[in-house]
Amino acid sequence: MSQPDYADVQGLVRFGYGHLTSASYALVRIKNADAAKAWLRSAPVTTAVEQKPPPNTALNIAFTAPGLEALRIPERIVAGFSHEFRGGMGQEIRARQLGDVKNNAPDNWWWGSKDREPHAVVMFFAEARQFDAFVQTSKGNFWADAFEEVRTLETSNLDGDEPFGFADGISQPQIDWEQQLERPCTQLEYTNVVALGEFLLGYPNEYGKITDRPLLEPDAATTDLLSAADVPSKKDLARNGTYLVMRQLEQNVRAFWKFLYEQAGGNIADANELGAKLVGRTRAGDPLIAVQAEPVPGTDPRTVTQNQFTYDSDPVGARCPFGAHTRRTNPRNSDLPERRLSTFRKLMIVLGFGPKGFYDDLTSSVRFHRILRRGREYGSELLPEQALQAPVPNESPRGLHFICVNANISRQFEFLQNAWITNSKFSGVTGESDPLLGNRQSIPGCPVTNNFTIPGDGALRRRVSGLPQFVTVRGGAYFFLPSLRALRYLARA
Amino acid sequence: MTPQSNFMVLAPIIPEREAELRQLLDSMNRGPGQADPNNSLLPFTEFEMLHFARFVILDDKTTQDIRVYGLTPRTYPLYLAFLGDVDGDANAFLGKLIKRAGKGLGKIFSCCQGFTPDTDLFDWMKQHDAPPIAAYVNWRGRTVRQIRQEAALYDALENYVEGNYPTLHALGPGELHEKFRAFVNAEQSAGRLTLSKEARTPIGWQIKNLLHMIGFPLLGLLLSPLLLVAAPFYIFALRRLEKTDPVVCPMADQKYCENLSSFEDHDVTNQFSAMGRLKPGLVRLLTTTIVLKTVNYGARHLTRPGRLGRIRSIHFARWVFVAGTERMIFCSNYDGSVESYMDDFINKTGFGLNASFSNGIGYPKTNWLVRDGCIDERNYKEYLRRHTLPSQVWYKAYPGLSAVDLERNTRIRRGLEMSSMTEEQARDWVALL
Repeated sequence: MSQPDYADVQGLVRFGYGHLTSASYALVRIKNADAAKAWLRSAPVTTAVEQKPPPNTALNIAFTAPGLEALRIPERIVAGFSHEFRGGMGQEIRARQLGDVKNNAPDNWWWGSKDREPHAVVMFFAEARQFDAFVQTSKGNFWADAFEEVRTLETSNLDGDEPFGFADGISQPQIDWEQQLERPCTQLEYTNVVALGEFLLGYPNEYGKITDRPLLEPDAATTDLLSAADVPSKKDLARNGTYLVMRQLEQNVRAFWKFLYEQAGGNIADANELGAKLVGRTRAGDPLIAVQAEPVPGTDPRTVTQNQFTYDSDPVGARCPFGAHTRRTNPRNSDLPERRLSTFRKLMIVLGFGPKGFYDDLTSSVRFHRILRRGREYGSELLPEQALQAPVPNESPRGLHFICVNANISRQFEFLQNAWITNSKFSGVTGESDPLLGNRQSIPGCPVTNNFTIPGDGALRRRVSGLPQFVTVRGGAYFFLPSLRALRYLARA
Repeated sequence: MTPQSNFMVLAPIIPEREAELRQLLDSMNRGPGQADPNNSLLPFTEFEMLHFARFVILDDKTTQDIRVYGLTPRTYPLYLAFLGDVDGDANAFLGKLIKRAGKGLGKIFSCCQGFTPDTDLFDWMKQHDAPPIAAYVNWRGRTVRQIRQEAALYDALENYVEGNYPTLHALGPGELHEKFRAFVNAEQSAGRLTLSKEARTPIGWQIKNLLHMIGFPLLGLLLSPLLLVAAPFYIFALRRLEKTDPVVCPMADQKYCENLSSFEDHDVTNQFSAMGRLKPGLVRLLTTTIVLKTVNYGARHLTRPGRLGRIRSIHFARWVFVAGTERMIFCSNYDGSVESYMDDFINKTGFGLNASFSNGIGYPKTNWLVRDGCIDERNYKEYLRRHTLPSQVWYKAYPGLSAVDLERNTRIRRGLEMSSMTEEQARDWVALL
C-alpha cells in the first residue's frame, strides 16, 4: 500500500518542527462563526509534505467538539466522533480515570473546563526572529472578529530537556507511513514501528481495523472529501485527520530536586541517581538497561544507543524499577510474555499455563497503547543546582504543554494515563503511581499512593515514601486535528 | 479449604413499584452504585463470608435488536437480580443474611412480584434462584477472612521493614526469609497477627467436585461417536450462520455511556454486568451451552489460581440464563477501568470471548467461532457498552485490593509458612515485599 497524501495531512502528525524553536498555542472560542470560517479559509496551514529546506514557519489547527458545533457542524455529524472526544477531557467521569482530582481537578484548571473550554487551538511555530511577525500576519484581518482568546500558551526552548532537567522526547513510535507492515495477530517481539491507523484516522490500526469516525453522504458540500476506505459510498470527514490531546502540566522543579536531594542525604550525585530511577533514564537520556545487540525494528538510527532495548533482561525491575516513568509509559513488551515460541508453547500461554512468576505477564501489550508526543516546555530553565536555592519571589510557573497525537484517545492516551500512569497497581506494585505525574491522592482502601519502589536484586527493595506532588494539571482538552480537505469542509461558508 | 459458592435471586419487579425500588436501592449507597457497607437495609460488612454482592435491575436497552432477524421483540418483565459470591455454602449464607437483614431484604423484595408480607424469605429466594451456567473464582479456597489476615500481614511486614531497614537491607534473601519468619511468629504469639489455618474441605463438596471433574469428560467421551457424526452438520450450520448473522454495533448512546461511567472507577475494582439475547435458533443455543459448560469445567478444574487464561484481574465472574434460555447475563468483578478490561479480553483471551459472546445478537462477525469477532475492537467495545447494565448497588469486601494484591499477599504468606527455601525461592519471595 502507499503512503497517504501528505498534502492533505497537517504537518504536526509527521513533524515536531524541532528547528522552529518558537511556538505558541492560541486557545480560542469562536465568537463569530462566519468570521472564523473566513479566517480558516485564509489560514496558512502547514501540511506534512516534506520541504527542502524545511519551512521557517508552521501553523496547525485543531477543534474541540464544542468548537465543531460553534462552526455549525450538525450534531449528527459530530456524533460520529468518539465518545471521549465528544465528552471532553474535563468531564467528571473522565477526571476520575485520568487522575484529575483534588489539585488536578478540572474545576481548578486555568483553561479547558466549562466556560474556559476552548473551541479550537491554533498552533504557531517559527524561527525565533520571525515568530512575532508570523503570528501577526497569520492572524490577519478576520482573527479579532472571529475569536476570543481563552488563553495563549507560550512555550520555551530548553534544548531538548524537560523542566526537571532530563532529556526528553527520545523515544517516539515510528509510523508505518507506507503501510508496508503485515500485522500478525500475535506480535512476538517488541517493535517500535506502529500501524498508520494508530495515528491517522481512516487507515487500518494495529488490529487491522479502521476506527469509527463520521461518514457523510456524498453531496455538493462533501465532494472535496475523500471516500472512506472501508465504505467507499461514504465520504470520510476524518480521513487524514486525527485526535490531538493537550494537557498543561505544571512542574514544581524546586520540589522535585529538593525531595531528591533530601532523600540522598544532601549528596547531589545520589540525588541524580535517584532521579534517574524515578524517570527511568539518566539526565542525559541514557536508559538504565544495557542496549541490546539485536536491532529493535523502527529504532531511529540516531538514537540506537538510547532506544535499542527492552525490559526483558530486567524481569524484577532491579535495574529500571517497574514504577519508573519511562517503564510505565512504554513497557516495551510484545503480545506474549515470552519470545521465540513454539506453537504449542504459545497455546499453553494463551490458555493460562505460561510463566508462573508473580511479576510475569502483568502488563498489556504496548503496541495498542502508543502515542506520538508533540509537546513543548514553558517557563524558564531552572537547573537542579539553582532549584535547590531559595526561590525567587513571584516566580513564574514552568512545565510542559503536553501534546500527543493518536487515533483512539480512549485506547491510547487515556489508557496510558489511566492504566499505566495513574494506576496504583501497575505491574504488581502497590501504593504508588507515576513518580513524576502521580497526584498522590489516596483512593478507597489505599490511603497511600505516594511511594516509589526500587526493587533489589536478591536484596530487600528500597521504598522511597512521601513523594510530593511534582506535577499539577492546569488545563486540558481533546481536539480533532482535521485533514486539509476536512478543514476546507469545516470552513465552507 | 473452604470452597466459594454463589447465589443469584432473580425476580420480576412490580411495574408500579420500580421507582420506589430504585430509590430504596439508592438509599443503600454512599456514592453512585457504591454500597455503604454499613447501610441499614443490608449491612454487607457484617457478613464475613461475603466477597462481592450487587443489586442490578436488568433493564436491557437492546431488546429491539431482534428485529434484524425479522422477529418481533418480546416484552419482558423488568427483573431485579441480587447476587453475591461467598465462602462456603450459599444457603448457609442466605440463612444468616435473612436472620440479620431479613427486614431490609423483605422491603426490597416486596417490590417484586409474588412477595407478600407473610412470604417465607428463604423459600422465596430459593424459588427465584438463578444458578449460573458457568462461574469463575479467582482463587478457590481463599476466604474473605484469609484475604483480610493476609492484608494485615502485608501491612505488618511493611511497618517492620520501615522500622528496621538499615539492618534488613544488608541481608541476603535466605537470611531475610528467616528474619521475617521470626518476626511474624513473634507477632502471632503476641496476638498482634492472626493467620488462621485452612479449614477442612467439606467432604460433600470434594465428592461433588470429583464427580464433576470426571463426569464432564466422561460424558463427552460417551457422546463422542454421536458428536463425531454430528460435527460436520454442526460446523456447516455454524459457518452458514456466521456468514449471514447481522452485526448490530451502532455507537452506544453517549448519555448511556456516561451514566455507566459514573458508576465506575470509585475503587481499584469495578463491577461489570452485560446482558443480551441469544441469536435465534437451536445451533446458537447449543453452542452457548456447550461453550459455557466447557468454560465452567475449565475454570473449575484447569485454571491456575489467580488466572483466567492470561487474565489476572478478575475476582469472580459468571454467566447466567435469565428466565428461560433466550436471554443471558454476564457478571464480573474486575480490576482497573473498563477500557483496560476490554483490552485485556480482546488481546489476551479473544478466542474465549468470541466463543462465549458471539452467540449474542449483533456481536461482531466471527469465523470458526473463535476467530476475528472482538478483534473488530471499536465495534466490539460499542457492542459491549450498549449491553452493559449499571449495578444499582455494589459491594466489595476488601476495598483497595486488586486480585494481584491478593495473590502477592498469599504468596508472601505461603513463603513464610515454608521453614526453609532454596536461594532462588528466597530471591523470588523477597521480591514480593
